[in-house]
Amino acid sequence: MFDIFLLEAILNGVLFGGILALLALGLNLIFGVIDVVWICYAELIMIGMYAVYYLHAVYSWPLWLAFPACIALVALLGTALHQFVIRPVLSAEPINQLLVTGGVLFLLQGAATLAFGVEFKNLGVQLPPLQVGELYLSAARLIAFLVALAGMIGMYLFLTRTYLGTAIRAIAQDRAVMPLMGVNPQRIFLITSALGGGLAGLAACLLVLQYDIHPAIGLSFGPVVFLVCVLGGLGNMIGGFAAAFLFAQFISVGGYFFHLEWGYVIAFLFFIAAMFWRPRGLFGGAS
Amino acid sequence: MLVLNKLCAGYGSFRALFDVSLEVKAGETVAVIGPNGAGKTTLLRAISRLIDPSAGELIMEGKPLNAVPAHELVARGIAHVPENRRLFSRLSVEENLRMGAFLPSARAQFAQRLDTVYQLFPRMRERRHQSAGTLSGGEQQMCAIGRALMSGPRLLLLDEPSAGLAPVMVQSIFEVVRKMSSEGYTVLIVEQNIRQVLGIAQRGYLLETGRIRASGSSAQLLATDEVKQAYLGM
Repeated sequence: MFDIFLLEAILNGVLFGGILALLALGLNLIFGVIDVVWICYAELIMIGMYAVYYLHAVYSWPLWLAFPACIALVALLGTALHQFVIRPVLSAEPINQLLVTGGVLFLLQGAATLAFGVEFKNLGVQLPPLQVGELYLSAARLIAFLVALAGMIGMYLFLTRTYLGTAIRAIAQDRAVMPLMGVNPQRIFLITSALGGGLAGLAACLLVLQYDIHPAIGLSFGPVVFLVCVLGGLGNMIGGFAAAFLFAQFISVGGYFFHLEWGYVIAFLFFIAAMFWRPRGLFGGAS
Repeated sequence: MLVLNKLCAGYGSFRALFDVSLEVKAGETVAVIGPNGAGKTTLLRAISRLIDPSAGELIMEGKPLNAVPAHELVARGIAHVPENRRLFSRLSVEENLRMGAFLPSARAQFAQRLDTVYQLFPRMRERRHQSAGTLSGGEQQMCAIGRALMSGPRLLLLDEPSAGLAPVMVQSIFEVVRKMSSEGYTVLIVEQNIRQVLGIAQRGYLLETGRIRASGSSAQLLATDEVKQAYLGM
């Protein structure tokens, strides 16, 4: 028997997978190239969401201006994070790198609570749901999916078709030999951090259309994004892409068969089983 | 073109080079020979500024290099083919060559230089879409030399290009170096394959435990007692 609600759950899973894949791409890019995990990645997105909220809902900037401003701001935050936090610990133990970016997570969360308060904020932009026959889909999710897809294709073309993109992939493999190519590794790291920040900014623009903003919102998707990256093989951008869609299906279809919260439980159980089976991720490490 | 005047360098408190003086003139092929651990690789790493000289002078085309950061050396006309080739193994051959032409001035001449490299190494043209990690040792060496040539260097530093290669491949690598030498490239080559490298170099230096022990034309160097006894078994 044809089940329209199951189809809806699958489609919603695909749409959710798109945004998860975009989130995973930024984190994987940073890890693959700089070999550091930005634990505070979702908090950068939280700052970006507040930026869009204040620019649009408080200062009445049009969205077409607020969105690029948000992307630029978070890109700048990314470079600042690299310059002032990552760079001093670049050759330190991985645990120290985790701890400093974890420290930034709490710093940003605390600062956001002080500056913006704990109440939920809503952008006040409501997109009507799309109806196709008896099927209802969220327009905000569909837009997010399409933009995320375009962003990922753009990033793929940049990494494979340009000198700078090729250098970013090259430095991920051998950073010590880069000066012999005439490349200053620190410059590439800063550009990569700006790109990772820019992707977080883009994600912020898409998420702010769907969710209310509060200082701890990063915690509601930060761990999921991190798990998706690990599942796909940390630093493996294509693996992260596939893992995002897989994980989103578990959450969405699992939630359909049982209960929304059960969707997450099933997805995490799958994650744990997958880690026993393939500790380096379903699709292997960085590539 | 390149002048080293009493150069000293090392790693931390370990001193690897002691008062090394040598010169490479434009158009010359100069060899630095010596046993394992003599400091040959350190010498090239000091020239391309991957390590800091602790004393002495490093001069390229009349300008001191001591304070120039490593990534600016390519713009000064020096290309270094490092020990173990150090290709980007997951990038294709052509992407590796593209990295050699990263500087804006080199990008403008990318197509033309790519053609030159493919003429020198026709095998690279056949394999241009293959990832560098899947090449044989000799092909990887060709790719590494090609990558260095893509920057259009005036001075080429070669670190043991024959290391780890099958004998037939060693021959063809030396043939390539000889060809580059006759086409007017300026080359400073470090090698353990003494007879063969002195066969293509005009001059040479013998480096032992971080010090220059002997120098002269290739014929003179081959005739010195140190080289004959220690390295040629005569």
